[in-house]
Amino acid sequence: MLDLYETQIGSRLLLGTARYPSPAVLADAVKRSGTEIVTVSLRREAAGGRNGGVFFDMIRALGARMLPNTAGCHGVSEAVLTAKMAREVFQTNWIKLEVIGNHDTLQPDVFALVEAARILCSEGFEVFPYTTDDLVVAERLLEAGCKVLMPWCAPIGTAAGPLNLSALRSMRAHFPDVPLIVDAGIGRPSHATIVMEMGFDAVLLNTAVAGAGDPAAMAEAFAKAIGAGRQAFGAGMLEPRDMAVPSTPVIGTAVFA
Amino acid sequence: MRLIINGEPQTTAATTLSQLLAALDYEGEWLATAVNGELVHREDREGHALNDDDRIEILTPMQGG
Repeated sequence: MLDLYETQIGSRLLLGTARYPSPAVLADAVKRSGTEIVTVSLRREAAGGRNGGVFFDMIRALGARMLPNTAGCHGVSEAVLTAKMAREVFQTNWIKLEVIGNHDTLQPDVFALVEAARILCSEGFEVFPYTTDDLVVAERLLEAGCKVLMPWCAPIGTAAGPLNLSALRSMRAHFPDVPLIVDAGIGRPSHATIVMEMGFDAVLLNTAVAGAGDPAAMAEAFAKAIGAGRQAFGAGMLEPRDMAVPSTPVIGTAVFA
Repeated sequence: MRLIINGEPQTTAATTLSQLLAALDYEGEWLATAVNGELVHREDREGHALNDDDRIEILTPMQGG
């Protein structure tokens, strides 16, 4: 089981709810992914609008735990206020903290991220920070009170897969006891398997599922890939070697000549 | 009264936050409100008096990644 702020979670797939072709497809993808945690957000809605309420009711009906985000925030005060507003709506101390620092790469402003995390942790939030694979930033986030880290493996929505395996390996090795969820940049199930085989605790997906030709089928494919990677990590994998090794025993091999 | 509501200048006769929500036809337990960058809890909206040039944010749940 995955332990996130002392909540036991069975599925190691966290699923975003944005960019699906329809609410019905989203609901199907959530079901077939087996996820227990879905990410949600807050936005301005025109006066009298009821879309937010309809969406909220639909998500609640799916039964998954909600992880609200601060997507689109670019500064500390904006992110902190959004987190507080999310707690008011979603009635949870969980917050996926995003503070964007660059429009092109959507990479986090790690300085603002650490500061916002410090404020939110001191106010009782359980913060899931969207961060880079930088070890020093990770240390600062833990010092700020975070008990989970969510490093990217590539920029949001790029589907590029893990770009810096060395940094991810290093992060896993440095924080063996901290739940690490790869949050962004996964494009295909094999990418998810790679990071799960490395020992990451979970994967958060959105675009890779929502943008697939058949999102529900892709959600299920990811669930299998994540499960396979996790099982392989636990089973102990061979390290690659340069020279061939016969798999069939050579002792007793018949000699014809 | 002149207010900035979700980034747009508007004029209203409402004098409290709860009156403003009613006047704009916002309803539902899923709303979150802030005035001048500070969260105003649901239970405090009725007593929250508005002033000229207050900046009001009214947010609702949305899909997110």
